[in-house]
Amino acid sequence: MGKRSNWALPYFIFLVLFVVLPLLLIVVYALQDGSGHFTLANIAKFFSDGDSLGTFALSIEVAIENTLLCILIGYPAAYILADKSLNRSAVTVVLFILPMWVNALMRTLATAELFTMAGIQLGKGTLLFGMCYDYLPFMIYPIYNVLDKMDKSYAEAAQDLGATPGEVFRKITLPLSMPGVMSGVMMVFMPTVSTFAISEFLTNNKIKLFGTIIQENINNSMWNYGAALSLIMLVIIGITTVLQGDNKQEAMGGAV
Amino acid sequence: MAQDERIINIEHLSKSFGDKKVLDDINLYVRRGEFLTLLGPSGCGKTTLLRMIAGFLQPDEGVITLDGRNIEGIPPHKRPLNTVFQRYALFPHLDVYDNIAFGLKLRKTPEDEIDRRIRKVLKLVAMSDYEDRDVETLSGGQQQRIAIARAIVNQPKVLLLDEPLAALDLKMRKDMQIELKEMHRKLGITFIYVTHDQEEALTLSDTIVVINEGKIQQAGTPADIYNEPVNSFVADFIGESNILNGTMIRDKEVSFIGHDFKCVDSGFGEDMPVDVVIRPEDIYFTDSDTKAQFTATVKSCTFKGVHYEMFVDTDKGYELMIQDYDAYEAGEEVKLYIKPGDIQVMRKERTENTYEGSVVADGKVEFLDTEFECSTEGFAPGDKVLVSVAFKKVDLLDHDDEAATVGNVEFILYKGDHYHLTVRTESGEKIWVDTNDIWDKNDYVGIRILPKDIRLTKLQENG
Amino acid sequence: MKASRVISKAYLWLVLIILYAPIAFIAVFSFTEAKSLGNWTGFSTALYRNLFTGSMQNSSALLSALENTLLIALIASLVATMLGTVAAIGIFNLKGKKKATMNFLNNIPMINPDIITGVSLFLLFVFLHISQGYTTVILAHITFCTPYVVLNVLPKLSQLNPNIYEAALDLGATPMQALRKVLVPALRPGMISGFILSFTMSLDDFAVTFFTRGTIGLDTLSTYIYADARKGGLTPELKPLMTIIFLIILAVLLIINMRQSKSSDKQ
Repeated sequence: MGKRSNWALPYFIFLVLFVVLPLLLIVVYALQDGSGHFTLANIAKFFSDGDSLGTFALSIEVAIENTLLCILIGYPAAYILADKSLNRSAVTVVLFILPMWVNALMRTLATAELFTMAGIQLGKGTLLFGMCYDYLPFMIYPIYNVLDKMDKSYAEAAQDLGATPGEVFRKITLPLSMPGVMSGVMMVFMPTVSTFAISEFLTNNKIKLFGTIIQENINNSMWNYGAALSLIMLVIIGITTVLQGDNKQEAMGGAV
Repeated sequence: MAQDERIINIEHLSKSFGDKKVLDDINLYVRRGEFLTLLGPSGCGKTTLLRMIAGFLQPDEGVITLDGRNIEGIPPHKRPLNTVFQRYALFPHLDVYDNIAFGLKLRKTPEDEIDRRIRKVLKLVAMSDYEDRDVETLSGGQQQRIAIARAIVNQPKVLLLDEPLAALDLKMRKDMQIELKEMHRKLGITFIYVTHDQEEALTLSDTIVVINEGKIQQAGTPADIYNEPVNSFVADFIGESNILNGTMIRDKEVSFIGHDFKCVDSGFGEDMPVDVVIRPEDIYFTDSDTKAQFTATVKSCTFKGVHYEMFVDTDKGYELMIQDYDAYEAGEEVKLYIKPGDIQVMRKERTENTYEGSVVADGKVEFLDTEFECSTEGFAPGDKVLVSVAFKKVDLLDHDDEAATVGNVEFILYKGDHYHLTVRTESGEKIWVDTNDIWDKNDYVGIRILPKDIRLTKLQENG
Repeated sequence: MKASRVISKAYLWLVLIILYAPIAFIAVFSFTEAKSLGNWTGFSTALYRNLFTGSMQNSSALLSALENTLLIALIASLVATMLGTVAAIGIFNLKGKKKATMNFLNNIPMINPDIITGVSLFLLFVFLHISQGYTTVILAHITFCTPYVVLNVLPKLSQLNPNIYEAALDLGATPMQALRKVLVPALRPGMISGFILSFTMSLDDFAVTFFTRGTIGLDTLSTYIYADARKGGLTPELKPLMTIIFLIILAVLLIINMRQSKSSDKQ
């Protein structure tokens, strides 16, 4: 049987093969031309192509707006859910995370249809609100998780030291719940940048996000350029991860 | 005592959580500047009482006054009290300095004064030079000191401490006890301290308030509580003791363990059943036949660091615990005596189980939410009756097939030749049992009472 | 105090209504025969009947998509649960740099957006000249599911008394028996929640499947819906199907939740 630490070995090999190697391949393909020679042309093409750059900027903008919107709507909801004096039912929490498990495409199509029925022109506004529908549970859940596990004695101690309820929130609860907000951002921001089908459905193909361009290039066999665009995204993921620290695992552990 | 010597006054305070009454008609005052300890087993209501004083809980009934002012409805942040929390509750996102400065900054204290006061308080808790440390890098004892510093820097009128030493190891706890006592002396602030550790309470307090099941059992100085416990719960909870059934023959004469003893208590009446408490260090060995009141055989002898702890079987078959500086070997025959002043006589809280019940049918009576068979001669179905069952007539079974109802053992008292158990039944009521069988706390037991052991008397109905 | 409770409740319900509006929309329009979503042509259970009897256009395509989705989710989450549990035990017993490395690697698939996972695996299969289809989709799903199993099992390991495994060996169990009779039962709650999480994520996946399914015409529900929607007309029977799937997930989650709160009440 050997040492139990060796039990990690099969998974280590699996991760190297199916996670590390594929990511390295993105780098390799991004730095190659169609015949396998080293080149920086793919990267250069992105920075010189107004369309790609524009889409990229728009994607980042939409992602930032969507993330802020999710925090704005999701934080109060998470706060109320975690406050035992306001919400005593665990079922309500389940209701909030349940939409995460309904097929996102189907939900998005229905959302778009709802907008159309209500006579709302599909465009950037519907894109934002539709995205917010899709990603709100991913923001609420990690914030709720952190707030729910937060030791109540911190708030009591602050109150005991003279903080009004407002001050308790500003000086204690909010700063201590930031890891939850950060993992929420992590789960909303990058996925928003990279969505492809969802943005098309919500805007009736009017607005393309970065994910769509990657998908189009890969599907049209322009693997090297697609890989280069993916590489740019990887770099951004790397930067945001380093900036935010990885709180995702804590927040999503035991999500069921 | 003058009213203004009382900084906190509590009258008729009650609190329930759901169906459970956690505090029941508490009356208590705290003297200005004293070190008062709320002592009791876990779940007795002591922390609830502290949280009501702090303002985190509202009483259902009763009044708490601080400096003569009713503080009902005043939120915690406006009360001139500060709390040291059980697990410290230091803010993890702030360093030591900002933790301590928290309360002062909220009060818009000038920077330089904050600085000065923090330095002073850090010196007091012996944590100077720790200002910039992250609180999570501190040891338990250090966090404890910072928690105290954070509270006292605000110069509260009363400092509330909720089991502040519970998370520390034994050595650290002993050191912190001495430091707390010292801090209390230096600061001159009133301390209200919650603990379940009787030794801690005896060491630290000016006044101890023993609480059990939501009621104050006894309040007094440590010496009072130790030497003159008012009931068997207090006697058992505070220090080691021999608790025995006895009979007050007449004033200043009591009989227990099969012998008559002189004592100093009077006013119990004649031939009254009582509880007798003898501290193990109050039983003396002697060589003199004239001094000796009874004899015993030593069963075991263990060295406890300073004294020896011995268990002896007396000539009449009772087991006693004795502490003495001299050791007597197991098997040795010894002569013993007890001084009249060391015999603590207490009125029995009850001498048998009594319940209000009702006759449900011929030969059937209901109490403890259960139907029992018994003779109902002289009663008609529907009659309300008073049911009496002697302690030793209740059988406890380790299976429930023959049992009328079931319960959990809540409290065990050894009385020299038998155990006196408090059992909480399924219906939430209590039944007291005398038994020779050995049960453990929280054991799940079946309860059986034979029909002949159930006595019914007519219940006086009002109107 | 009262007012804040009322406002809080109202806020929660408002957000819930918004969240569930699209789902309710699908459910409501599953009871009419109209083809497009917003069109009500009177109450009918025809779509449900079609779904169960298989009498509709594209019936075989939709049903095979459903079958693929379930089969892929089942296989992927079973493998992920086994792989993830063994890995969690290994990671738990690792120390220092090795442990940090494993935790870091385990985090990557969770941090990566679906599209990166999809594209990178696509390039892997292209690079290794592996023809894409069922196997590659399942492998891809195992890749993004296993980290969640690891995360759900690890906390159970740290709750475990470290001597329990040794105690079993001491009492005469072989390592395999100790694993089966002592470790697995203690880890089971984490394994189950990891499995359920994996299963539902696999069910819902679109992007990763899209990039790794190759060109053999393999469809899951997600890719089927995507293709359908791009063609313009959504197969109407999708509405009752989605409604049923939603109700099943709702029931499973509620049951799990009630069992959990019951067992925590007991403690």
